[in-house]
Amino acid sequence: MAHILLRHREIDELHKLDVYTDHGGYEGLKICLQNHTPEAVIELVKTANIRGRGGAGFPAGIKWSFIPKDAEQTYVVINADESETGTFKDRELLEGNPHQVIEGALIAAYAVRAQLIYCYFRGEFMDSAYNFEQALKDAYANNLVGENILGSDFTCHFYSSYGAGAYICGEETALLASLAGDIGQPWSKPPFPAQAGLYGKPTVVNNVETLANVPPVIVNGAEWYLEIGTGDSPGPKIVCLSGHVKRPGNYEVPMGITYRELIFGEEYGGGILGDKGFKALLPSGGSGPVVTENALDAPLTFDGLKPFDSLMGSASCIVMDEDTDMVWATLKMIKFFEHESCGKCTPCREGTFWLERVLEDVYRGRGTQKDIALLENVAKNMQGRCLCALGEFATSPILSTLIHFLDEYKAKVTVAPSTNGADGSTRQREAAPVA
Amino acid sequence: MTDLVTLTIDGIELTVPKGTYVVDAAKRVNIDIPVFCHHPKMEPVGMCRMCLVEIGTPVRDRSTGEVVLNEEGAPQINFGKGLQTGCTVPVSEGMVVRTNTDVVTDARDDILEFLLTSHPLDCPICDKGGECPLQNLTMRHGPGASRMDFTNKAQLAKHYPLGQLIVLDRERCIQCARCIRFQDEIVDDPVLAFHNRGRYLQIVTNSEPGFDSIFSGNTTDICPVGALTTTDFRFAARPWEMTPVASICTHCPVGCNTTLSTRPEAAAGGRTVIKRVMPRQNEMVNEIWMCDKGRFVHHYADAPDRLTQPLVRKNGELVESSWDEALELVARRLQEHKDSVAGLSGDRLSNEDMFLFQRLFREGLDSPNIDQAQARLGGGDVVAQVGLSHGSNLAGLGKGDAILVVASDMHQEAPVWWLRVKQAIDRGAQLVLLNARPTRLDKFATHILPYAPGGAVEQTHRLLNAARVALDGEEADPLQAASVTLVQARHLVAFYGGEGLTLDQTEALARVLANLLLLKNDEGVNHAGRANNGLVAIWPHNNTQGAWDMGIRPDAGPGYQPLDEPGMDAAQIYDAVSSGNLRALYVMGADPIGDELMADRGQLDFLVVQELFLTATAREADVVLPARSWAEREGTFTTGERRVQRFYPAIPVVGESLSDWQILARLGEQLGLGKPPYAAGLVFRDIAQAVPQYEGMSFRELARVEEQWPRVGDDDLYYGGTSYDNKSGIGLQWPSAADNTDASVEMYELTPPAGAPAAGTPEPPGESLMAIPITVLYRSGTLIDHSKVLSTRIIPPSLLLHPADAARYDVQHGDMVTVEVAGRSVRLAAYLDADNGVRELALLRGALLPPGVAIAPLQIVDVEKQAAPVEVQTVPG
Ligand SMILES: Cc1cc2nc3c(=O)[nH]c(=O)nc-3n(C[C@H](O)[C@H](O)[C@H](O)COP(=O)(O)O)c2cc1C
Ligand code: SF4
Ligand code: SF4
Ligand code: SF4
Ligand code: FES
Repeated sequence: MAHILLRHREIDELHKLDVYTDHGGYEGLKICLQNHTPEAVIELVKTANIRGRGGAGFPAGIKWSFIPKDAEQTYVVINADESETGTFKDRELLEGNPHQVIEGALIAAYAVRAQLIYCYFRGEFMDSAYNFEQALKDAYANNLVGENILGSDFTCHFYSSYGAGAYICGEETALLASLAGDIGQPWSKPPFPAQAGLYGKPTVVNNVETLANVPPVIVNGAEWYLEIGTGDSPGPKIVCLSGHVKRPGNYEVPMGITYRELIFGEEYGGGILGDKGFKALLPSGGSGPVVTENALDAPLTFDGLKPFDSLMGSASCIVMDEDTDMVWATLKMIKFFEHESCGKCTPCREGTFWLERVLEDVYRGRGTQKDIALLENVAKNMQGRCLCALGEFATSPILSTLIHFLDEYKAKVTVAPSTNGADGSTRQREAAPVA
Repeated sequence: MTDLVTLTIDGIELTVPKGTYVVDAAKRVNIDIPVFCHHPKMEPVGMCRMCLVEIGTPVRDRSTGEVVLNEEGAPQINFGKGLQTGCTVPVSEGMVVRTNTDVVTDARDDILEFLLTSHPLDCPICDKGGECPLQNLTMRHGPGASRMDFTNKAQLAKHYPLGQLIVLDRERCIQCARCIRFQDEIVDDPVLAFHNRGRYLQIVTNSEPGFDSIFSGNTTDICPVGALTTTDFRFAARPWEMTPVASICTHCPVGCNTTLSTRPEAAAGGRTVIKRVMPRQNEMVNEIWMCDKGRFVHHYADAPDRLTQPLVRKNGELVESSWDEALELVARRLQEHKDSVAGLSGDRLSNEDMFLFQRLFREGLDSPNIDQAQARLGGGDVVAQVGLSHGSNLAGLGKGDAILVVASDMHQEAPVWWLRVKQAIDRGAQLVLLNARPTRLDKFATHILPYAPGGAVEQTHRLLNAARVALDGEEADPLQAASVTLVQARHLVAFYGGEGLTLDQTEALARVLANLLLLKNDEGVNHAGRANNGLVAIWPHNNTQGAWDMGIRPDAGPGYQPLDEPGMDAAQIYDAVSSGNLRALYVMGADPIGDELMADRGQLDFLVVQELFLTATAREADVVLPARSWAEREGTFTTGERRVQRFYPAIPVVGESLSDWQILARLGEQLGLGKPPYAAGLVFRDIAQAVPQYEGMSFRELARVEEQWPRVGDDDLYYGGTSYDNKSGIGLQWPSAADNTDASVEMYELTPPAGAPAAGTPEPPGESLMAIPITVLYRSGTLIDHSKVLSTRIIPPSLLLHPADAARYDVQHGDMVTVEVAGRSVRLAAYLDADNGVRELALLRGALLPPGVAIAPLQIVDVEKQAAPVEVQTVPG
């Protein structure tokens, strides 16, 4: 299949401007500047129903339409913080096909009358960012970015910014706070970024992949786009496949293929590593509930896993084979959230810390039956009470594995409470560091 | 009625202003929604999640926009998916809020459990225990037992000094960010921040020295746990052991309402002492805030070196005597010198003291020679005419209003006014600033009209002239533009100070400002005489206003009644002391020798000093009379906004000391003025009769309170903080003449501004620098020096220079320089600052010029290089 997003896989050196333009690059931008009003661009994107690839699936056109037309200052922000466990799709786009992202962002900026685009990179993406900035330089040199782009009235500049290794800075309001120089903590919405975002001004935040979807839609039209994927999940989606599969990596798929196809299909994962049995799938990195064998025939769409109480999210699919210790795997994820909680709100700050401590006890054989109930209860007490979605995400690995793999937990705990763990260690543990 | 919204909370219907948050609306109808991070004086953040409630809004038909009704004909309410934080959601029409359902209670219980998981639960040794929102709400919502394994708790630093005044306990902190937000939003010292994340999210300070803010103590009041404690009070007493007594701060003209918490102290031999000073709510004066000076300076009251007994000089030595002996001696000697006697009063004393002081002289001794010992700011008469109008409240200023500040560093001279002016600007008021140098108000100003040192009156006069010609229209000239802002403002409050001005110049300045307030705008209305308008003098002390009101001046009696034959003023008195033209002098609550107003007792036959301490002047006296501090007695002070406020006795009398008014009354008895009044309230009754402005006031009226918003104290600790609610009086503001008589306040006669600087302004610097003494909050002095905590913040006498000037004289930061200024040689620590310095201007911090000199050329005569620069505080000034 020819790619729409990962086109660099077919076209050598697509990151170079001339190669990109030779292959129809910046046509979308030109069409917009010459033929479309900003409103028309928004209408087109709305009709194509490009849904956000950052995880939430919010329709980009509708988001853009929230920006007040008469706002004095507006911004477009590219969310390149890609830090979800098991995601590595935005990085490949930034490195392989940067101009398509730049073009998409420019079209977004044109649509919402923004004169500034910020790109917020995950701090570790030094190489990708360097690559992206090289592309940007070429675009500036060729008047694709900057003053009066391609001779039009449209002026738009780019600024880059780097995170410092915080997952939470991928959350849009935390990202904007960080971008403005404040501590990277989300704020309570409303106000939504479209109302009061960066420096309090209306702001569009879009994922890298979302923006990469925009130019082809402008060029080929909404009807073309709607033919790809399913009714409510149109278009291509890059899936980050990892874990115990034979061929991990990024796969651009039309939405609607099944998870089974993705994991076992020869085109994609090629089956479980070592031909072992399949045990579990994290369909959305650490943030979505774990699913098991019975969910594999669900379609890979935004809502396809709904019957299984899970979701596609950013489509970071982590596969686990039959030998995986699910308590261990859950502990890994909880440690991630405990480490990444920004600490702003009580249930997430305290809850992730508490969960990690209890789960560690359970995993090390120092826990009791009661601790399993405690884990469930603590996670449930966090639900619906957190300030942002991270706290909600943190509960899903625990709650879903407790449903599907309760036996594994039970096998790890002692029946009667005791101060000594099954492994002979005492419950006493290192105190948290004193700062 | 678009500005009001009607909603229902737990079945109670209420109407509140648009924009009100759900928790605040609930408070109005006595429904408690527990909060930790929310504070009614700050923007909401929704972090702690304690205030989760069910919030529903009426369902509207998509096509018609009409409210959909249910079977019963009532609006159908959509409660959404989950709970919402009541602190972040503004009310809306028809909203229905439920705060007493099971889901809400469960959420509160769970959030509390989360907060307690890593909490140290060291309430038994925590300063907040007993008045702690977390403790109180745990009683209501908390679990009986912890499910968090003890060994799993986070262990963090328990004693982390954020600075010299505030210590942080990181285990107790519940990360509500109230302290960070207070420092940032309310006082613009963003010196606190969060560091790290998750469970390790911690408060840090990012200033050097740490927690560098003159308002830091307020964070301990609004911190909902015992995480922030003052080095003054931590581990010093439990809240329930202390008796709160209403008082008034005596350290600047703002007159913050305070509460003195007292307790019998073993270390003080069982004596009851002041353990802490906290703000007491007065939304018209200090709201719920106070500055650190007012909070920490109180130690002089309990100081061991207080005077306890009258002292009489015998054989050249001051020896203890009885009151009878001392008073008899004083009465006799004053009587003897009746024709050559004078009285000097400090302006920190109460109205009762000053009233009886002038009566003693005018009626007991027939002497007109009385004055303030150190009058630094004139214009009291002008303030009486066009002063801030009755019913004014700085909190009422906002969009469309203007504030004018001239010749003052308000941040250091009247901290809480600065805070309130800043809030007014945040609400949209415009600030016009006239100063010889940058101050902490510059960044908030809409118009800055700087003048060369000495040029305050001229510049203000130019502004007035500009206002006279340009009553409307935009003008390019900055003076014109500023004048338009002022004249067209809905409300105009003009503050003036005396920085770099002589006494006469301040009087002239007050007159110019009065004319500005009397100027009529397009609609023919002026500002004076209407609420939230008028003139405010930034007096040097807490009761300078009272000194004017009581007639502590040679030319007018109580209530501004002019005298036919004025007596000697302070300058003449000091002259007479050295020249031998005065025989006897009575000094009350002032230290003219220590303040270098008077070299020594000169040719005086008899010197009597009424004081708390054996000051430099007292050491030379013939009789020293021990007075009570404000904490041991009652009385009234009048703020710079002319609000008369009562204070109450809090601690037992020190030794045999008497209230100043009592001493004067007993002396008066000996001088034939009749029996001493029984109580301060009765002296005040005489004042209310003698001073027309105080007519109708009484101690009882002054003790009146009214409901204030936001609610603080007691059951509302978690909401507004531990500032005390006001049960003892909010005081009364006396009306200016303009309030009462619409048109009769005439324009003041002014001499037109000449091109040249006013008389008295020294020649331009040339080779030398121009020096101006500036007021710093933490200047060394008899009172502040007794506070160990504040001693770390005291600014040594220093010379603030622009780095470029410093380079010219080869002076470096921290060098000791000897300067010659106004005929004196002074040794000062050099402080270099490009932001606060102005070229060719030398600012003297903690060093005054001789009386009558406000600005003078300064010569640097010697520079001692310091190997290690002296520690010079960075209090911006
Ligand atoms: C904890 C958390 C982490 C997130 N991380 C990312 C991220 O790394 N990249 C991203 O694009 N969106 C991330 N999001 C989603 C963003 O908040 C936001 O929805 C997205 O950038 C919107 O772009 P889209 O509509 O194009 O998807 C995250 C959200 C949460 C709650
Ligand atoms: S849910 Fe977690 S990450 Fe989100 S604001 Fe709360 S503490 Fe921060
Ligand atoms: S120190 Fe107190 S006020 Fe500051 S964040 Fe912690 S609990 Fe809140
Ligand atoms: S602002 Fe003035 S009155 Fe208030 S506490 Fe400070 S010194 Fe006292
Ligand atoms: S979240 Fe509302 S009070 Fe803290």
